[in-house]
Amino acid sequence: MDTQASEARPVLEGPDIARVLTRIAHEIVERAKGADDVVLLGIPTRGVFLGRRLAAKLEQITDRTIPVGSLDITMYRDDLRMHPPRALARTEIPGDGIDGKLVVLVDDVLFSGRTIRAALDALNDIGRPRAVQLAVLVDRGHRELPIRADYVGKNLPTSLRETVKVQLAEEDGRDTVLLGVKQTASGAQH
Amino acid sequence: MSKILIRGAKVLGGEPQDVLIDGEVIEAVGTGLPDDGAEVVEAQGKVLLPGLVDLHTHLREPGREDSETVLTGTRAAASGGYTAVFAMANTFPVADTAGVVEQVYRLGQEHGYCDVQPIGAVTVGLEGRKLAELGAMHESAAGVTVFSDDGKCVDDAVIMRRALEYVKAFGGVVAQHAQEPRLTEGAQMNEGVVSAELGLGGWPAVAEESIIARDVLLAEHVGSRVHICHLSTAGSVEIVRWAKSRGIDVTAEVTPHHLLLTDELVRTYNPVYKVNPPLRTERDVLALREALADGTIDIVATDHAPHPHEDKDCEWAAAAMGMVGLETALSVVQETMVETGLLDWAGVADRMSFTPARIGQAKGHGRPVSAGEPANLTLVDTAYRGSVDPAGFASRSRNTPYEGRELPGRVTHTWLRGKATLVDGKLT
Amino acid sequence: MQRHLISAADLTRDDAVHILDTAEEMARVADRPIKKLPTLRGRTIVNLFFEDSTRTRISFEAAEKRLSADVINFSAKGSSVSKGESLKDTAQTLEAMGVDAVVIRHGASGAPYRLANSGWIDAAVINAGDGTHQHPTQALLDAFTMRRRLVGRDAGIGQDLSGKRITIVGDVLHSRVARSNVDLLHTLGAEVTLVAPPTLVPVGIETWPCEVSYDLDSTLPKSDAVMMLRVQRERMNAAFFPTEREYSRRYGLDGDRMARMPEHAIVMHPGPMVRGMEITAEVADSDRCTVVEQVANGVSIRMAVLYLLLGGNEPAVRHARPTGTTEEK
Repeated sequence: MDTQASEARPVLEGPDIARVLTRIAHEIVERAKGADDVVLLGIPTRGVFLGRRLAAKLEQITDRTIPVGSLDITMYRDDLRMHPPRALARTEIPGDGIDGKLVVLVDDVLFSGRTIRAALDALNDIGRPRAVQLAVLVDRGHRELPIRADYVGKNLPTSLRETVKVQLAEEDGRDTVLLGVKQTASGAQH
Repeated sequence: MSKILIRGAKVLGGEPQDVLIDGEVIEAVGTGLPDDGAEVVEAQGKVLLPGLVDLHTHLREPGREDSETVLTGTRAAASGGYTAVFAMANTFPVADTAGVVEQVYRLGQEHGYCDVQPIGAVTVGLEGRKLAELGAMHESAAGVTVFSDDGKCVDDAVIMRRALEYVKAFGGVVAQHAQEPRLTEGAQMNEGVVSAELGLGGWPAVAEESIIARDVLLAEHVGSRVHICHLSTAGSVEIVRWAKSRGIDVTAEVTPHHLLLTDELVRTYNPVYKVNPPLRTERDVLALREALADGTIDIVATDHAPHPHEDKDCEWAAAAMGMVGLETALSVVQETMVETGLLDWAGVADRMSFTPARIGQAKGHGRPVSAGEPANLTLVDTAYRGSVDPAGFASRSRNTPYEGRELPGRVTHTWLRGKATLVDGKLT
Repeated sequence: MQRHLISAADLTRDDAVHILDTAEEMARVADRPIKKLPTLRGRTIVNLFFEDSTRTRISFEAAEKRLSADVINFSAKGSSVSKGESLKDTAQTLEAMGVDAVVIRHGASGAPYRLANSGWIDAAVINAGDGTHQHPTQALLDAFTMRRRLVGRDAGIGQDLSGKRITIVGDVLHSRVARSNVDLLHTLGAEVTLVAPPTLVPVGIETWPCEVSYDLDSTLPKSDAVMMLRVQRERMNAAFFPTEREYSRRYGLDGDRMARMPEHAIVMHPGPMVRGMEITAEVADSDRCTVVEQVANGVSIRMAVLYLLLGGNEPAVRHARPTGTTEEK
């Protein structure tokens, strides 16, 4: 996938991403009426970084500590039998848990919806939130399940031949969203 | 019986000669012999040996006919170039009476593929406590001269002493399976680096060597002759060499598999490599080859030990010990001794025919290839190379460690007293 | 390609660290209200136990159930095995029922290897202890326990046991735990010393990647972890040592000896302990003793191994050397 990135075209740059996250933070506060029971759970890998950034912005807005954690969905995937077992990432639930809370799942790209389906299953084994919402940086369409995002950074209409790659400073050294063309027969990034 | 002319064979690996067989005996050996209406076997490039003699074969009959019978075992022997085999006594019932040994002897005569010389048990039921009727077995029609509890060691020093003494009366010999029983309780393989890693019970070299040392000293003390079965360790070689240097009347045998295979193979946990005594180390293998070359070890004996498939198709601990060997012995000896330059074909004839026949007193076997001698002969295509395919074995069992391994040489013809038992690699 | 876990010696350093890291995530499942993952739904695993071992069987069973596998327990006692049915026939019977993996405990060294490499069955084979050969998941859970205690739970992720000094004491000769641990700990960079009376050290040990000592007291101050092996009283009758009392005086771990270990050093035992023989009650019940932790960690490690071998369409753990070689198919 990295080789494609070099030929790919940026559709969001660093300042855009920061702006978009600020907007989502405000939307969360507005829709959650002050966000006093919000728990952010990022989906590894990049959703975790986005979740932390969102939490920081929410803390600036609300001047309160926002619980943030991570939710690894590997063991709940519906395509486990189609690949070698993947390395597990960390699931970190904030100390007060999620029971009765408003959980906002955070991921980088929303595509088929299967990741979010798995995340909902995983959540189910951890506790019973008051409600679950979804925040994504990019929604590229092509849903295969009845799932939608509550907060979207950018709607990006794509063809199935295209790839969307999110890069974040914490993991990749820079912030950008790249749109490229799939070159191999293997599946797209998201 | 008509005449057979074997033309152009390298007799004992020497210059090409013709050998004319008339009836049961060799009529003439020379060059340019007229065919005179004889059936001609073209043998250019092949090596002609005296019929091979195996001092250590398990034919399993009576009692374990599911693994081998006298018929299938002697057919396997003929396939491997043998004209005489000594059948071990650990049958069911044990060959510890004149009745059992005569039965085995007669079966061999009836089938006609290979002479079968029964070995009598040293002790009743191989139990190591009470001498069997050694004299009665000797005087029977089978004329037993070799006695062994093979599979078990005659570990009681007094019983061993008495047996060594007793058989002197009729020129017999005791063949010892050297295995100190207490040191080998639960033994599964050679004790050493590999057993430590695999967690399999160790069969230490000292369990063999201590018995050999005791027995050569006993033989010296009572002035008897002793034969050591399937010697397997470098230390055993040293003891036998020392005993011979003292003039002790000891002879020793080595199996083909101990000349070729090592305990590294056990890492596969494949019971086809499970044998008693166990496969040893590279160092032992090299010492055994050298000892066979210099005469410290007198003969090659197969310890042909057939087992049915289910006794090997299981976990290591549950598997039976032993390997079939009659049909691959000469090839293994060619590989390990001839192609390494340690023995020439005359040496092979000595280790696999002349000397085993002498130790076992097999009449008419192990004789020179010359006029007037019984026509027990083996013709070998030494240029042949092929991989071992157990499906083609004449033995009823397939437990060979050489499956798929490329080995040199192939026996094409075997004659037992002038009668062909094997022609162009096919049993008659 | 290797789909089995037969020997700790077959694991590379990266494989082993990957298993430990995965187990660290699995361990967190145990802290949740619902201690279950859907990962192995629809997979059938049989626990084929030819030897009694309630502890190991329960540990595997808990791991299998937490991953939602269907579990069949097969104990040789009272089964057709005790009537003479062979390992091969038993395995093939189970395979005919559609088993994806066989967890096997067997008294004969090499039985799991045979099961995996003889063409008898297609299922994955996981060795739960064979004779005096190997017990790879035990070694993994021991390494996991050491990494947590000596490196740190989070600090340990991605790390091996480089430079840690591990002493294993007791009946090395008859111990599959010792063999597996020496292999794995060496792979993970630890320095292993085996301490035993010479009668309980196997001939041929000189090629093992470890030191051998007959003197416990001199090795204790240089140990980050001391693992005591169970010593069966029956060994006394086979003259491996004169009396129980002499054994525990020379090779048992008591409070005085524990005091000679470094402050941070831990005491381990694969269980079941023979109190008063190789370990005193004082040591067994101290906070430095990790026996109970080892049991909990065993479930996490077995979950990790099961996930990595069965969770996908092919195993994630590849072996350093192929164990399936030239066997007949």
